[in-house]
Amino acid sequence: MLSLKGVSTRYGAIQALSDVSLEVAQGGIATLIGANGAGKSTTLRSIMGLAHPHSGDVLFEGKRLNRVPTHRIAALGISLVPEGRAVFANLTVAENLELGGYLQKDRNKLKRDMDHVYEVFPRLKERLAQMAGTLSGGEQQMLAIGRAIMARPRLLLLDEPSLGLAPLMVHVIFDAIARINAEGTTILLVEQNANLALHRSQHAYVLETGRIIMHGPSSVLAQDPRVKEAYLGE
Amino acid sequence: MQTFFQQLINGLSLGSIYALVALGYTMVYGVLRLINFAHGDVYMLGAYFGYYAARILHPYRVVPWIDTLAVMVASMVACGLTALLIERLAYRPVRHASRLTMLIIAIGVSLLLESLGQIVFGADPKFFPQLIPEKTWRWHGVIFTNQEMVVILVAFILMVLLNLFVYRTRTGKAMRAVSFNLDAAKLMGINTDRIISLTFVIGSSLAAAGGVLVSINIPGIDPLMGVMTGLKAFVAAVLGGIGNIFGAVLGGLILGMAEVMVAGYGSSTYRDAIAFLILIAILLFKPAGILGKGQVEKV
Ligand SMILES: Nc1ncnc2c1ncn2[C@@H]1O[C@H](COP(=O)(O)OP(=O)(O)OP(=O)(O)O)[C@@H](O)[C@H]1O
Ligand SMILES: [Mg+2]
Repeated sequence: MLSLKGVSTRYGAIQALSDVSLEVAQGGIATLIGANGAGKSTTLRSIMGLAHPHSGDVLFEGKRLNRVPTHRIAALGISLVPEGRAVFANLTVAENLELGGYLQKDRNKLKRDMDHVYEVFPRLKERLAQMAGTLSGGEQQMLAIGRAIMARPRLLLLDEPSLGLAPLMVHVIFDAIARINAEGTTILLVEQNANLALHRSQHAYVLETGRIIMHGPSSVLAQDPRVKEAYLGE
Repeated sequence: MQTFFQQLINGLSLGSIYALVALGYTMVYGVLRLINFAHGDVYMLGAYFGYYAARILHPYRVVPWIDTLAVMVASMVACGLTALLIERLAYRPVRHASRLTMLIIAIGVSLLLESLGQIVFGADPKFFPQLIPEKTWRWHGVIFTNQEMVVILVAFILMVLLNLFVYRTRTGKAMRAVSFNLDAAKLMGINTDRIISLTFVIGSSLAAAGGVLVSINIPGIDPLMGVMTGLKAFVAAVLGGIGNIFGAVLGGLILGMAEVMVAGYGSSTYRDAIAFLILIAILLFKPAGILGKGQVEKV
């Protein structure tokens, strides 16, 4: 469904990604793990056209995404839940969700999609008129994911959804992710919490200073001694 | 007391003009974090476009309010198109350059418009044709002119329309999203370039309306008329909290009042000074402005 072929991206003189290749197969959950500054967010930004690879190809269902503007990539069926959530703090929860469905011009469908979000995150329904900036961290993460699925994406990119959340909330969020996946959305999950990510995915990539150093079935990587030592703290 | 109410009316009509122009500063700042120094000159262009529209339409005059509306719409459309051109040619190419670069470009555009104005329109003041014959009423000693009332009323209507647009429409919501977080807005599928262009167009047509309205009241127009008004409207936007639409309106009205009160009770020599006193005070004591939140960024 999504493939990166030899993607290299830099910020000025800083080489953030070097020759990154990866494949996300339709239907499953793939994960990309790595330490701080490994280039995980840059990988997602390069897919969405928020960062621009200087070489390599990003392909989505066979279509080359390089140089396609971000809003068009979103329209093709990819949603990103950015690192740090980036909810529109000065807009209400309802307005945030409506913006998630910005490209949906059919009001009835928009309504139905919002109802779907309330089903996944009942907590949001109680907060509709509240400014997004006043939500708790966990609620903001719910809103960011809810906003992203309003676009009915076929591929959902998640950048560290567990960041800064209490264990209980992490559970809620990951159950929701599993549900969204079960409903037919393919997922590429970026996480620093490798343990969690490996348990919740089928295929995994390990990124280290901008390079993919390992990949394979998540269950296999979870048993790999190098992964255990470097990422699982065992 | 009577003088006070008189000043209140005068302040309200002057303040409405500042508010209209301040809205453009604040909206463009909202989406681009740019102080568009050319905005005052767009207001000047608005007055001139109105002037030529009034002269062209003169033979077809119907009734004062329709004539005024026609002239205003013509000027707003012309200024909107000019803004579209300025944004495309001058600002978009440097959008990813440093903020300082953008600021310098804006100053360049301002100087360019002022020079072009002097070449094309002539440096001498022109007299705006009278669209609305003056009528005055006296009520408990306070004089109302129909021209001032038109200025206040039209400015008020425009601000209500803007508010409805920004807070009640899908595109308005997109505009607020862009001004909060550009990248996140793109992720929603919003064509942010279009929204930014539209922001310039709306801000500039409001300035154009200001340029026409001011000429109804004070008919002398000249190519440098935007310099002082532009600066004052900028102060109004900062006073209210730059980036905040209600702030721009509030700042404009306060500034208009302050200026008229200073001229009325003190000396008219100082009427221009009050804007700068306010600017200094606000930068010292509340740099985010009255309604602004958080820290103000340096430009
Ligand atoms: N806007 C930027 N300008 C310059 N360098 C950047 C920028 N964004 C990221 N980098 C650098 O690129 C490298 C990869 O950053 P990236 O944010 O992709 O890492 P990450 O794996 O997402 O890290 P984290 O786990 O901390 O989110 C880092 O060295 C970072 O300092
Ligand atoms: Mg990151």
